[in-house]
Amino acid sequence: MPDMTLEKTKMPEQAPEVRSRNFLEVALGYTPELAEKESHRCLRCKNPRCVEGCPVNVPIPEFIGHIQEGDLEGAYKALSRANALPAVCGRVCPQESQCEGRCVRGIKGESVGIGRLERFVADWALEHNVANTDKAPANGHKVAVVGSGPAGLTCAGELARMGYAVTVFEAFHVAGGVLSYGIPEFRLPKSIVEKEVGKLRALGVELELNTVIGKTLSVDELFDTGYEAVFIGSGAGLPQFMKIPGESLVGVFSANEYLTRINLMKAYKPDSPTPIFVSRKVAVLGGGNVAMDAARCAKRLGADVHIVYRRSEAELPARAEEVHHAKEEGIAFDLLCNPTEILGDEQGRVRGMRVIRMELGEPDASGRRRPVPIEGSEFEMEVDTVIVAIGTSPNPLIRATTPGLEANRRGCITTDETGATSREGVFCGGDAATGAATVILAMGAGKTAARSIDEYIKSK
Amino acid sequence: MPEKYEIVRKKVLTPDISSISVCAPLVAKKARAGQFIILRACADGERIPLTVSSTDGELVTVVFQKVGDSTMTLDELSEGECLTDFVGPLGEPTPIEGVKRAAVVGGGLGCAIALPVAKALHDAGAKVDLIGGFRTRDIVILEDEMRAACDDLYICTDDGSYGYHGFTTGKLEELLTAGERYDRVYAIGPLVMMKFVCRVTKRFDIPTTVSMNPIMIDGTGMCGCCRVTVGGEVKFACVDGPDFDGHLIDFDETIARAATYKEFEQRRKAGHACRLEGMGNA
Repeated sequence: MPDMTLEKTKMPEQAPEVRSRNFLEVALGYTPELAEKESHRCLRCKNPRCVEGCPVNVPIPEFIGHIQEGDLEGAYKALSRANALPAVCGRVCPQESQCEGRCVRGIKGESVGIGRLERFVADWALEHNVANTDKAPANGHKVAVVGSGPAGLTCAGELARMGYAVTVFEAFHVAGGVLSYGIPEFRLPKSIVEKEVGKLRALGVELELNTVIGKTLSVDELFDTGYEAVFIGSGAGLPQFMKIPGESLVGVFSANEYLTRINLMKAYKPDSPTPIFVSRKVAVLGGGNVAMDAARCAKRLGADVHIVYRRSEAELPARAEEVHHAKEEGIAFDLLCNPTEILGDEQGRVRGMRVIRMELGEPDASGRRRPVPIEGSEFEMEVDTVIVAIGTSPNPLIRATTPGLEANRRGCITTDETGATSREGVFCGGDAATGAATVILAMGAGKTAARSIDEYIKSK
Repeated sequence: MPEKYEIVRKKVLTPDISSISVCAPLVAKKARAGQFIILRACADGERIPLTVSSTDGELVTVVFQKVGDSTMTLDELSEGECLTDFVGPLGEPTPIEGVKRAAVVGGGLGCAIALPVAKALHDAGAKVDLIGGFRTRDIVILEDEMRAACDDLYICTDDGSYGYHGFTTGKLEELLTAGERYDRVYAIGPLVMMKFVCRVTKRFDIPTTVSMNPIMIDGTGMCGCCRVTVGGEVKFACVDGPDFDGHLIDFDETIARAATYKEFEQRRKAGHACRLEGMGNA
């Protein structure tokens, strides 16, 4: 008999007043008992809508069914067949708008905690060294993957399972892309990312770090050295700024810079040689996950932190849980506020920000109500640090050095639904093709492209 | 065969400045004058951007000065040891096309970067004056190499202990006043020196390229840390530069930005010194 409790089984987490002073993981994960309890809330629908809601189509009722039966290895096999990075997805997917958003249990009460169960199973497998090494025999074909973020790693994992020899090229000295430089330790421990990458290496995926495609090697040179197809999963790493006066003052940072210093370069550790700006009062501009991450990092480094967002709470693009956690940790939300100028002192350092209040007008192209400035409502906010987290766009390095590779006006590489680009043998997916989106959508695109690459090479 | 990222040669140029030649075949094959690399000397170390001084077969040579913790750690490595990471070539090469007559001005460590620019121009057939400035005679570096890469070399020292007595700007101004006319002037060195070189060349209306070396992390356009305002527009030195039109750069802003982590560096330097003292006592 299913457990008909209306609420999800709670996942233990660090108390807000404790965690806002450390970088340890906030959510602690289910115990086997809690996971088993939650698994029995799944009705194992014959026509599971949750699976349709998942960009990589994880067989959700199947893996949860294994948990119900106490067969965690079976659960992991089912999960990892569809998802190359389950320990990551269980932590960072916006489940509320995907699998859990479609769950029938959500009609009356809360959906099944699919993300929490996914995390539980994946962590169990990492802890017990259970791997899914099912793969086809080597087929003798070579594929290059550019970028080791969610799109690239997924594509590489899928192709490796099909028997391809895959090399992933990464510009940084660490694999993981946004999982390593962007998402903070307290939300996604880097040891988890390393272990997931380790599983892909165990599948035979080769990693070439410190290699910037477009600089160290070009896409054409990859073909020259024997790769038969190239997947571009280079993400959207180029930070956007507000284009308001004062953005080059000392104390203004892109969220990318701030987070990279903290996450990739470990500036949060007291003995790290990586410099990090010492802030008293911080304004984070933007309302997405990246803004929440930057705000919560600044909080942990001891600052008074304000999120400054031009729309209202309902329009915040961040995951619901991130907003909730940020508030619990004491981050202030200055909603319907838009900075018009960053103010500096004689030394060129930030001393404040001029902000105008906004109200919501008619819906815009995105379907969200457009924020309109309220005339005469400008005020000054005293801050010494401004972190700009209003979005990123794809890096132009690859498209600028790959003749015949088409991109749209926003710099996104143009692809069809299979991930094929305007260049034969070159495929693309994730943020590089769509502009900044989510980890799981990038993974979905990596998976689709892997299938297309397989078809392309077989048809040659 | 040297290993990947192995320091194959190391030369101590002055007590503070050393040059290392690192095995990095892909970088060596591609690097052009004006481009840079990023290296890490140890795990958990900082990413240090350094402009390429020369390449030779599979080797890339960079010159660095011990200014902070990370460069001190780098200096502790000897020949035969390997760097943890080495990536490049990054940035755009220095534009030299069409230049027939050039002056290349280097200041201190900047001479190590001025050298490949002068050499590239000289090799392309331009007549090159190279002006190298140092505080004093004892810290003059790469003199022979510089002499070989130009038509006329002018060493300047602040204290007059060698060559021209005064700043590079003084020598440049002297040459210009005497009637020398350059298609382009290249200035590479401390921000203040580049700022004043640009003031001089502006008066004589000579196009001037300066090489920026701001704080950066990734070197591929990702962090935006290295932004400089050029002609009112924000550029990223790592991908749009590092060379820019010196007459359009907002030097005062760049100088302020270079001091972003001064406080942090000072604190760390103090910590480093304390630890060393502690070891001496033990």
